[in-house]
Amino acid sequence: MTRAAIVAMAQTRFEPRKGNERVQEMVWEVVSEVREKTGLGIRQKPGDIDTAVTCSDDFFDARTISNACIGDLVGGHFGAEEKVAMDGLNALFYAAACVLSGHSKVTIVAAHCKESQAVSRNMITYAASDPIFQRGVGLDYLSAAGLQMSAYLHRTGATEKQCAAAVARDRRHAAKNPKAQAQSPVSVADVMASPYVCDPLKELDVYPVSDGAIAMIVTTEDRAKELTDKPVFILGAGSCYNDYYIGDRDLSRDLALSAAGRRCFRRAGIKDPRHELDLVELAAQYSYQELLFLEALGLVDDGHAGRLIESGATDLGGKLPVNVSGGMLAGNPIMLGGLARAAECFLQLRGEAGERQVPGAKLALAQGATGPAAQHHIVMALSAE
Amino acid sequence: MNMNRKVAITGIGQSKHRGHRQDVNEPELVWESVSDALRDSCLDLKDIDCILHGNMELFEGVHQPDMWHTMGNGARMKEGMRITTGGTTGATLNCAAANLVASGLYDTVMAVGFEKQEEGQTTTGITAMADPLWGREIQTGAITGATGVLWVEELGERAEWAAAKMRVKAAKNALRNYKAHLRINITEKDVMDSRLLAWPLRLLHMCPESNGSCAIIYTNEEKAKKFPQKPVWIKDHVTCHKEETFFRGGPRFQELSQSYAARTLYERNGIKDPYKEIDVFEMYDPSSWWELDWACHFLRRPKAEVLEMVERGDFEIEGAWPINPSGGVVSTNPIGATALIRVAEAALQVRGDAGEHQVPKNVRTAMASGFGGTFWTVAALLVKEL
Repeated sequence: MTRAAIVAMAQTRFEPRKGNERVQEMVWEVVSEVREKTGLGIRQKPGDIDTAVTCSDDFFDARTISNACIGDLVGGHFGAEEKVAMDGLNALFYAAACVLSGHSKVTIVAAHCKESQAVSRNMITYAASDPIFQRGVGLDYLSAAGLQMSAYLHRTGATEKQCAAAVARDRRHAAKNPKAQAQSPVSVADVMASPYVCDPLKELDVYPVSDGAIAMIVTTEDRAKELTDKPVFILGAGSCYNDYYIGDRDLSRDLALSAAGRRCFRRAGIKDPRHELDLVELAAQYSYQELLFLEALGLVDDGHAGRLIESGATDLGGKLPVNVSGGMLAGNPIMLGGLARAAECFLQLRGEAGERQVPGAKLALAQGATGPAAQHHIVMALSAE
Repeated sequence: MNMNRKVAITGIGQSKHRGHRQDVNEPELVWESVSDALRDSCLDLKDIDCILHGNMELFEGVHQPDMWHTMGNGARMKEGMRITTGGTTGATLNCAAANLVASGLYDTVMAVGFEKQEEGQTTTGITAMADPLWGREIQTGAITGATGVLWVEELGERAEWAAAKMRVKAAKNALRNYKAHLRINITEKDVMDSRLLAWPLRLLHMCPESNGSCAIIYTNEEKAKKFPQKPVWIKDHVTCHKEETFFRGGPRFQELSQSYAARTLYERNGIKDPYKEIDVFEMYDPSSWWELDWACHFLRRPKAEVLEMVERGDFEIEGAWPINPSGGVVSTNPIGATALIRVAEAALQVRGDAGEHQVPKNVRTAMASGFGGTFWTVAALLVKEL
């Protein structure tokens, strides 16, 4: 069976507030760039882009059918355009399905989110709480994360300082990524000194408000080889929903991510992820998730991620580099968390990551999360071969 | 259409669609159709590999509702994703489920469409679709008389009578479908005397706001042959979206998405005359004027000829080309589920399991259409044998 491959990727610079651009303009910037890189038209000749998968959020855009204003930028005028309304890595996965189904030859993925348009990000994620039980206690994604961090630290004995080390690492990496939003390094002391926003989460533990867009072109193996010398193959992916009520879960563990990871490794034929993976990109919106996710994926023993991060093993140059892009803690909007991870894997596997290049990267893992305390996960293995 | 694997519908479920469902919360309403589909298919949740969720979140004001709905759709610890495209959501879920099964990534996929309109204000929700800078001040939800105006300009009172007859036909059909929302006894005169919304569109021409959900289980060829339920095969599906600017250049100058989608489906599948080759059609008819107008586009026939068909009763359940034996969208409209209900009802007709509203003939080919967004159409062909 044929494999799906990514042949081109473009991302905007991530910024706290793109006040001078509408979402259409952000998307046009990245869509134009991937079309220029591949020379592809939209259904003008055989082998052109024939299908579009978009990704956006009606609440953040304050628009019902938030993809309606994007359709004509990606070939949706008298063509197929479908919106995945959750983390963008799912959109990439669905684009791969379109291509593998035989229904599409070349699919474009275009994702956008402008978190800055909301007066408060928490007001929006508060609306994800069910109106019957949870809204009464004011639960939003930030407070769900605060509870999860408490549960995780309590069970594993990991420390706030170890979480701060993950932020410092990501920000060191971000300094080498010209597309990253927060390019100034911070120290563990800076993180520890930042004010509490939702105990035990401090300001620098939380991903900053961010605006941006990403586009990719996905096609079959044969067509990919016509379009680029360096296609990046999607080896496999897996996803999983967890319980909705955070009280129904063991919050200190992430069983959904463990399941999604196992499904991904099985499909991608990865038997020993700790040794086979050259780099890992995690969509951690909060510092403690850098630890929790590594453990849930089985990339380090349970309760040992904090020490691993402090040892420098997950730094660029370490034995398992994590978030060399800077991760979400350096700024990606909520819908783009996982897709931005795949974007980094794409650059790394093609050897185009500049100063932050992981030498000889052949196999990379990207992860995306959606929902309160990361209720839904998707994990994808990408390869240069 | 190219499909690397054949895809069949192997289970169909619907909730009771009603104007008021204060007895259930959202996940409970979702569970009604999911459990119905599991019963219909004789499958268990463990047989389902992936669950697709779709609705329009600004109707209920719940952000990322697939998270909460995991309590009702069975997605807990399962794979799944959320795909939405507005009114077309259900039809897009049908395409997505077919793509996921055909790709070989999953064997069995369940698509669940949902809406609980009573929990929000529908027209406000639809108005929020318009561009905040250019369109929102003048958007009137989904209420427009434009299509009716064209018909009345061309054909006068006869057109108004035909639209009313289409509405009465839908009401009669809905009376035979116990899951339908509006099950009312009305006459053409009632329709033409009902409150004017935007001339010549009247209250009874327009679809209601319903609460309901719909679930369909899809599987690959190998499993479809093993599973107990009779398979209905997906022959083809097509998506035609359009730019957000409504009617640039006027409706007379740009092909409608209905026309484009129908043309594409027929060309790809060698259908020369849909009137003879398609046995039943479940159309997304937000109003009876649109049902009348789009019948022309799906049939590839001029208005005058379609008018004669209406007068002959061709579109009735016992007619030559039945449209919406279920009662259609003017009878039942939980928006995120509406287009999936079209697929479900078309598939029931192919199976011969539509009960009282089964068309009295051997249905080999059925068509289902979805409508939404900025005049988008997503359509599918379902067949008894591939």
